[in-house]
Formats: sequence, C-alpha cells, structure tokens
Amino acid sequence: MLSRWLHLEQPIVELEEKIDELKRFAASENLDFSAKINRLEEHKCDVMRRIFADLSPWDRVQMARHPKRPYSLDYIGALCSDWVELHGDRAFGDDGAIVAGFARLNGRSVAVIGNQKGRDTKERQIRNFGQPSPEGLRKAGRVMEMAARFGRPIISLVDTPGAACSPAAEERGISEAIAHSQMLMSRLKVPIIVVIIGEGCSGGAIATALGDRVLMLEHAYYSVISPEACASILFRDPAKAPETSQQLKITADDALRLGVIEEIIPEPLGGAHRDLKAMSVALGAAIEKHVSALETLSPEELLEGRYQRFRKLGDLDDPQATTAHLNGAPV
Amino acid sequence: MSPEAAPVAARLEEIPANLVTKCPSCNTMLVTKDWLRDLKTCARCSHHFRLGARERIAILTENFEEWDAELAPHDPLQFPDYLPKRSAAQIKTGAKDSMLSGAATLDGRPIAIAASDFGFMGGSMGSVFGEKITRLFERALDEKRPVLTATSTGGARMQEGLMSLMQMAKTSAAVGRLREEKLPFISILTDPSMAGVQASFASLGDVLVAEPGAMIGFTGARVIEQNLRIKLPKDFQSAEFQMAHGQIDMIVPRAKLKESLAQLLSLLLD
Repeated sequence: MLSRWLHLEQPIVELEEKIDELKRFAASENLDFSAKINRLEEHKCDVMRRIFADLSPWDRVQMARHPKRPYSLDYIGALCSDWVELHGDRAFGDDGAIVAGFARLNGRSVAVIGNQKGRDTKERQIRNFGQPSPEGLRKAGRVMEMAARFGRPIISLVDTPGAACSPAAEERGISEAIAHSQMLMSRLKVPIIVVIIGEGCSGGAIATALGDRVLMLEHAYYSVISPEACASILFRDPAKAPETSQQLKITADDALRLGVIEEIIPEPLGGAHRDLKAMSVALGAAIEKHVSALETLSPEELLEGRYQRFRKLGDLDDPQATTAHLNGAPV
Repeated sequence: MSPEAAPVAARLEEIPANLVTKCPSCNTMLVTKDWLRDLKTCARCSHHFRLGARERIAILTENFEEWDAELAPHDPLQFPDYLPKRSAAQIKTGAKDSMLSGAATLDGRPIAIAASDFGFMGGSMGSVFGEKITRLFERALDEKRPVLTATSTGGARMQEGLMSLMQMAKTSAAVGRLREEKLPFISILTDPSMAGVQASFASLGDVLVAEPGAMIGFTGARVIEQNLRIKLPKDFQSAEFQMAHGQIDMIVPRAKLKESLAQLLSLLLD
C-alpha cells in the first residue's frame, strides 16, 4: 500500500512513531518516560517548524493533494450544523464531484457548494477525483440561484485538479457549464465567499471561484494549468512539474501578490490535515468576518464591487491609463 | 536529371512558389487566386483554412476601426522564454498581442467585433486579450452595438499564469452585463476554439455559430486519450460533433457567414 504521508513529512512521522513506541513501552512496563517523551515532542515541533518554514511550490502542490487533507465535506461537517445536501441538475444526473446544499454557519443560513474528492478507491470513482462535470456545475448553479432568491450568502469551497476530462463531459458541454457558472456568479445579489482549500486548478476551479472575496488556505495552490500539464507542453516531460510549479507562481503568497486573492488563512503547523478542528475554526472565522462585512452592502454595491474586483485583474501596458499596471505591483 | 527534364525544371523555377496552395485535408493543389476568392476554403473538399484576425474581420464587416490598439502585454510571472516567443509572434503578425477588436459595420449596421489570431501564440488569452474583450463588451453596451466575436485559440495563455485564468472570469462577467440590455452577442467558433476561451465568453453567445470542421471543446482530444487510455474518433470535438450533441446552434460555411450573421442580427433587432 502506498504511504499516506508525504516524503517531506517522513522525519516527523518517524519521530511520532518513536514517541508512540515509548508511550506504549512506558505503559506496558509501568515506567515513567515523560521527560524523554516531552523532549521528543519538543524536538518534533522544531523539526516541523523547520520543514514548514521552507516549503517549495512543489511541496505545496503535494500538501494540497495530501491524501489526508480535509475535503469540503470535512469542513462542512466541522463548521456547519443542519447541513442539507441537494442533488442533481434536473437535466442529466447528479455529480459526486460537487456537493451543494444549505446549512447553518454561526447561526446564519448559507448555501455551500464545494468540490469533493474521495478518500478510498471506490469513493474516488464516485467523486471523480474532485473533477466537476457539466451536471455538477449546473447543480451548483441551481443551488446558488436558489440561495440568491432566498437571500442566503454563498460559500464556495474550491478543491479540484481541473474539470472532468472525458468524452462524456465534452458531449454535455463542459465549456459552456464552466462559462455559464462564472457568468451566473457575477450576477447573484448575495455575498459570495470563495475559499481555495486545496487544489485550485484551471477552468474547473475558476468555474466556482467568482466571488466578492477569494481566500486561500496557506498550503493550497491556484493555477491556470496543472504543473504536470505545463511541463508536458513546455518540456514534453511531466516529470519536470517541480520546475513548472515554481515558474507558474501558484502558491498562496503568489496569488496574494498578484492581487488574485484577498487573504491567506494560515494552517496549523504541519498542515490542515494535522488539526482539522483548528483549521475549521480559522476558516470559519475568516468566512464570518467577510460575510458580515459584505452583508452591509446593498445588492447594487455588491455586484459592482464583484465586477470591479475581477475587472481590474490583468497585467498589461496601457499608455492611456494613469498607471502602467492595472493590478497591484508585478511579481 | 535527364536532358529532356532539364528545360522543364528550369521553367519550374520561374513559377512563383505561391501560385498554388495545397489543401492539407484532401491534398488537392488549389490555384492560389481561386483559393483566395473562395475565402481560403478548398473548392474540392471545402476544408476551411484558418484566417488571421484582420482577414476574419475583413470578410465579415466594412469600415473596421480598431479599438485599444495601444494595449501591450507584460510578463507578470517573468515566465521563462515568454518574451522571446512573444516578440517572435509580434514580428510575424505585426500585432502587439493575439486579439484584434473594434467597431465596424455589417451590411451597414454598426457592430462591435473581435477576432483572435491563432498565428500569435496559438491565439491564447492573456491579460491584453482579456482586457480587449472586456472593453469590447463594455463599449458595445455604452454605444448600443451588437457584439460579434470570432475565436481561433488554444485557450488561456499559460505564460501569464493566474492572470490568464482571471481573464476567464472577467470576460464572462462582461457578457453578464451585456445580457441586461437587448444587445445580441453572436459567438463565431472557428478552428480551433478550445479550453479557457471556450470555457468563458466564447460559449456565452446568444447564438453560437461554427465554421465547418472547426475543433471546439474544452480538453484537447490528445489529453483525453492519454488520460483515459482510449482512442477517440477523428471527428471528436468537430463542429459537426458539437452540433450533434446540442452544443452549438448552427454550422455555416465561410461564404455564407456574413449573410447568416446579418440575418440573425436583423431578426433580433429590426
């Protein structure tokens, strides 16, 4: 069986095994190793800090794809009460790669849509590895329109390696579904908070990432193309992905610098998967902060602000404009 | 060379190289003059050759007046080899980037029109492309002009990374604004219309018109074949395939395209 841990986590996992072993031995022999165990725990924290202070973009891609990484339903379960999932696009089917529904968050009723990945082989198939199909995006659109009708804020959790890649997705108009979802989100008169929680890759990600605020977890990535696909095109070698992950500027820091996101939500030491509870608290607090700020705006202000938020994104030379760059400082 | 062949060979050298054009689809040698008269389509198999952005606008409209010609690309990621590739494309096409837009008339009716140039880095959409398309929709809304776009593109421009991805959202939102007015948007899908562009404004036309044989889709056939280890039929993602699957409204040969567009605009506006 494949390791559930990343290569970069190996020193941490080894220390944890050692600590567990000591604890078991202490218990079975009725001995007191607490001083030694404490020293090892401290050492483990040092090691983790050292490793996570220096993650490469490729490390972050691995973190975003970590088999233990919390998925949309994990956050919904940890953050929300009264989650009611809705199903189907009323035209063709129900896509497991996108969940959509209503729930209560901090007492407020909200719509939540999210890309959903599977944990085991069977669930991965049902979830299609988190790659939304046209019917998934149309289901999300249906729920978002309903949210707007009932005045409910929308929380969109993005975690996808890209849109569904298959003849079936093409036959049912994956392009149109992605395009339409973006246009729809630009017109809905309720606050929309987007959080890139893991992978934010390509058209499959931007399909549900048009919001008033776009936030990113610390180890998530956001990119126009997967590093592997980029490497295949540039070098005809997907193994060069570590290199292209650097060149494509896809980390949360890069996205913030490019003006593509408003805020980075820090993850617990070692990543979101090491402390779902702490991660959810931080995520919930960030969502709450932005939703309550947006709720003071009129629907017209909200739409204008959202339009202008994306309108200004781009980096080009406009001799007629007062500023050379349309967005913030170049990278 | 045989003595008999020598004079023939000598005469061949006098023939201009561009006198005939070979159809890549049926291999027929077409007389270039006739081929140009046929708007760069094959008289034998009706294969539609790709057109540059200026040619495209020229065959569809009159009185073209370019908008936003001064917009020039940057290099937001300092992406390796982006600048030399782009400079080569600029020299080849004489344009600053892959998108040409402006005002024109179509059978006398004022319109806003844009066309992408596949010859400029695969007609890819970066910041300049996205900005020009967004301004096209905004200005059309201001001046009450119907909008036509003709795409020929491989999708978003990888070398501008997230900035390219954001153009998908930006242009889709611009179509959303246009839709609040009674202004038609007709999207003309020419070979190829793929990926990030097809998954944004190009799919959002009130009417989607394709040229025969144009490849239209999101993920390229080769990528799907590699990922799923399957073999796809040759016509996968052709205009005819998309028509059969309900994804486009009509397929119109190039010679009839202008007439069809004028007819549609008239039905919606007059």
